[in-house]
Amino acid sequence: MNVWIEKQRYIIDFTISSLMRRKVKNIGLLVLYTLIVFILASTMFFTYAIKREAAFILEGSPEIVVQNLVAGRHDLLPVSYLEEIKSIRGVANVESRLWGYFYDSLVGANYTLMTPPQNQDSHKNQGKTTVVENDNGDPHANHEAHALFEYEGALLESGTLIIGNGVARMRGIGKDDYMPFMAADGQIMNMKIVGKLSSVSELVSSDLILMSEADLRKLFGISPDKVTDAIVTVRNPSEIQTVAGKIKKRIHSARPIIRDEILRTYSSIFNWRGGMMIVIFSAAVLAFVIFAWDKASGLSAGERQEIGILKAVGWETGDVIQMKFWEGAIVSLSAFLGGVILAYIHVFFTGSAIFEPALEGWSNLYPNFTLTPFINAEQLTTLFFLTVIPYTVATIVPTWRAATIDPDSAMRHTGG
Amino acid sequence: MTLLSGIVLLGLLMLHAFTSSQGQEANLLHKAALVKQLRLTDLCLFTEARYTRHLSQADLNTAFQDHPLSMEHFPSGSFTQPNLPGITR
Repeated sequence: MNVWIEKQRYIIDFTISSLMRRKVKNIGLLVLYTLIVFILASTMFFTYAIKREAAFILEGSPEIVVQNLVAGRHDLLPVSYLEEIKSIRGVANVESRLWGYFYDSLVGANYTLMTPPQNQDSHKNQGKTTVVENDNGDPHANHEAHALFEYEGALLESGTLIIGNGVARMRGIGKDDYMPFMAADGQIMNMKIVGKLSSVSELVSSDLILMSEADLRKLFGISPDKVTDAIVTVRNPSEIQTVAGKIKKRIHSARPIIRDEILRTYSSIFNWRGGMMIVIFSAAVLAFVIFAWDKASGLSAGERQEIGILKAVGWETGDVIQMKFWEGAIVSLSAFLGGVILAYIHVFFTGSAIFEPALEGWSNLYPNFTLTPFINAEQLTTLFFLTVIPYTVATIVPTWRAATIDPDSAMRHTGG
Repeated sequence: MTLLSGIVLLGLLMLHAFTSSQGQEANLLHKAALVKQLRLTDLCLFTEARYTRHLSQADLNTAFQDHPLSMEHFPSGSFTQPNLPGITR
């Protein structure tokens, strides 16, 4: 066993010195190879981490959201529908949501304006809505008991706002500043900022602006008998699908969206079939094909000469193949390790800085968030088998062909 | 030697992944609690269009936006797909 290890050590030493003799070519190859692994690994790390994070965070999203569709578009929901939904067997609570989008022409950004549930008093008075109670034993429930907003003692009331950290960053505003809005009737509403949502929650709240129900209705000109949509809590979680079906049957224009669909939307985000993803993957696959083609199509003149000399001085075919195996393994392993390490730093330390321009698209407001580094062995194994193995195998095949021919002809072939 | 240091560095990063994912649990719970408290449905990843801001709530005719020939033209549309039962299921 020791003899075998010693032999492999000598072969590896020789391989490294052989690689260093063609320094420029091999370093160039290594850099390119590392870059391909880096792009693939960054994509895999980012995609997996965002999916895991979305699955965890959105676990507490509403069980059923009911929209009203008019001509295939999301329209305001009449308040009378809430009572209709409430009467369906199996429904525990129905609550309305009031929210909308606001385009800020000053900075060219879109905000999501919404009313926190506790501020929607008018429907409570009408008996159209009920409060969703905290589930006992829910791990999230205790956190809700603590202050989640940077209220700093101030309560959200008419004429005030609580803004997301992205809005504050973008507009350069904060607590006690004023933010003007032009209402639907043309009036200017000058709203005072009383708090800012925490920066750690930017992934869900960067563009949020919370305001009272009265202000939101005035701003968008929404009449009191309409809400944006409704959320439904079901008594028995296994009946969510059934209740959604009943809602659809009872109100034909309703579009119920269940929590599973929300979670599925995010589990299929950055799917490899998506436009940009397939571009990244096809570029990487093409690069690998070029690598493999270059290797499988034959050795360079210098490499053939080297094999001829080695065989002439007594190396066996097996030794030459082992040498080339180690050469392929050293190059591909170095590229794999370098690419994976750089990808990890890129995604989890720099906030995917290279991907950011693509992810931002045309939006001016992009959340600053640090992803939780979720990594699993499957990702690394897949990447390893996608990158290291094909290259190493592609190195051995032409070597075996060259190593089996006569050393004299191998040297002559190159000398001429 | 370089390979060995690479392996060690990768091992350290995996250790970092393990420890920091546990350390960031409080942040995750905080975000999850905000989602529950405000009844949120989506991540704030793409704010360029209404249907990319709230992917799960998007209109069913999103692909054509405002007109049958007005096809998807926002860059984020190339990363995402709408919440259509026939596609996501």
